[in-house]
Amino acid sequence: MEQLKKTPLFQDHEQLKALLAPFGGWEMPIQYSGGIIAEHRWCREQSALFDICHMGEFLYEGDLEGGGLEGVFTFSVKSIPVGRSRYGFLLNEGGGVIDDLIVFRLAQEKVMIVVNAATIANDFRVISSRLAGTANFRDISDATAKLDLQGPEARAVLTRFFGDDLGTLPYFAFRETSLLGVEAIVSRTGYTGELGYELFLPAGKVQELWELLLSDPRVKPAGLGARDLLRLEVGYSLYGSDINEVTSPLEAGLPSFVNFNKEFVGKEVLLGQREAGVSRVKVAFKVDSRRSPRHDYDIYFQEEKIGSVTSGAFSPMLGCGIGIGFVPPSRAVVGSHLTIRHERVSMEATICDLPFYRDGSVRG
Amino acid sequence: METYFTKEHEWVRIEEGVAVVGISDYAAHLLGDITFVELPSLGKVVKQFQQFAAIESVKAASDIYAPLSGKVVQVNDAVEERPETVNESPEESAWIVRVEPSNLDELQELMTRAQYEEFLRGLE
Repeated sequence: MEQLKKTPLFQDHEQLKALLAPFGGWEMPIQYSGGIIAEHRWCREQSALFDICHMGEFLYEGDLEGGGLEGVFTFSVKSIPVGRSRYGFLLNEGGGVIDDLIVFRLAQEKVMIVVNAATIANDFRVISSRLAGTANFRDISDATAKLDLQGPEARAVLTRFFGDDLGTLPYFAFRETSLLGVEAIVSRTGYTGELGYELFLPAGKVQELWELLLSDPRVKPAGLGARDLLRLEVGYSLYGSDINEVTSPLEAGLPSFVNFNKEFVGKEVLLGQREAGVSRVKVAFKVDSRRSPRHDYDIYFQEEKIGSVTSGAFSPMLGCGIGIGFVPPSRAVVGSHLTIRHERVSMEATICDLPFYRDGSVRG
Repeated sequence: METYFTKEHEWVRIEEGVAVVGISDYAAHLLGDITFVELPSLGKVVKQFQQFAAIESVKAASDIYAPLSGKVVQVNDAVEERPETVNESPEESAWIVRVEPSNLDELQELMTRAQYEEFLRGLE
């Protein structure tokens, strides 16, 4: 087995007595000493700091259309205003999701692409193969660190250290600025459903930023366990669980991130799905107890197995089990009842709308 | 009063002839934040080492096995309502059930605290 990679903050996590586990080829903090639910609550009420250095960053410099980038994703890159970012997909020929990612328009002919950790190498290979070769396209993941500061207090913390100017950033906007004397990107994005920022900076400076932000009493570190609960409560997809190479954005209930007015790999298959319908779709459901549905549990409608769970957890905000799974479209009716089963365990659930949790500060 | 342990990390203590059962401090710590406890029904007859309750945490779902045979005479409703109390006091106030034991000789199949601690060292 390949050796797990470590982020520049690995020793800080060990000092904080983090529980470390493999994630996407990296040895990452799952939780710190306070536990997942306490970290989750801190993020919903105060401000949590996540080490997200494992995620990948690519830089593209060149003409967007001539260099081929405009045709690579399910959304238009050239229509993103400079200073803004957009979420969408890299698809395979069959319309399956190779990755979900965010593109940052740094300048007229310069973008940064932020991808999932486990998919960095494959994404880079696939994107490169679709480019004309005239642009400068490179993987800057190792040199680039990323911290996520998330929670209703995140703006107050950020402006305390780096000035009021950053406090005006709207959702899905970013600014290239200087943090701790080095070039950095501050982006008003996140994966928690709370007001928050993703901070990109050179790897050599990340430890200093980590320590500075943690020096504020409103900030506590949180691990990937809390991050997973936070994102599920607001219905964000997790790559590798809810979306993958055999799931299309239309099946996954994410058509708003697909622009059919442009060309992209996988478009033909998606057009066919849009015309003829899909055989399975994403549903969200609430369990009638505190039991947790979990990945790969079976979904039944009456006595018939109709699908499986792709994400599930106990929701601290709702006080019940919540989950996401895939079922035939005819069964994906809000308000209808499902049974979730696994071995001896059985739980009753009701299909609901997303997000599960609606009171987050994300647009605050 | 001597507390006995199973390899599945349940504990049992005989108090006035009744067996009080819970999960060990080690198990509670390993599970992390406990979010759900499934209690058996009152009067249920259980056999030693058979599954008779369940516990879930943010990280995992796990069965609870009877350390002794007998009949369930009381369940701790407090852990059903507030599962997090199992993290706070797994070997004291957050007991799970009380069982009227049918055969106390079965205690010989269990570990003493010293033996259990030795067993845990072997797991590391």
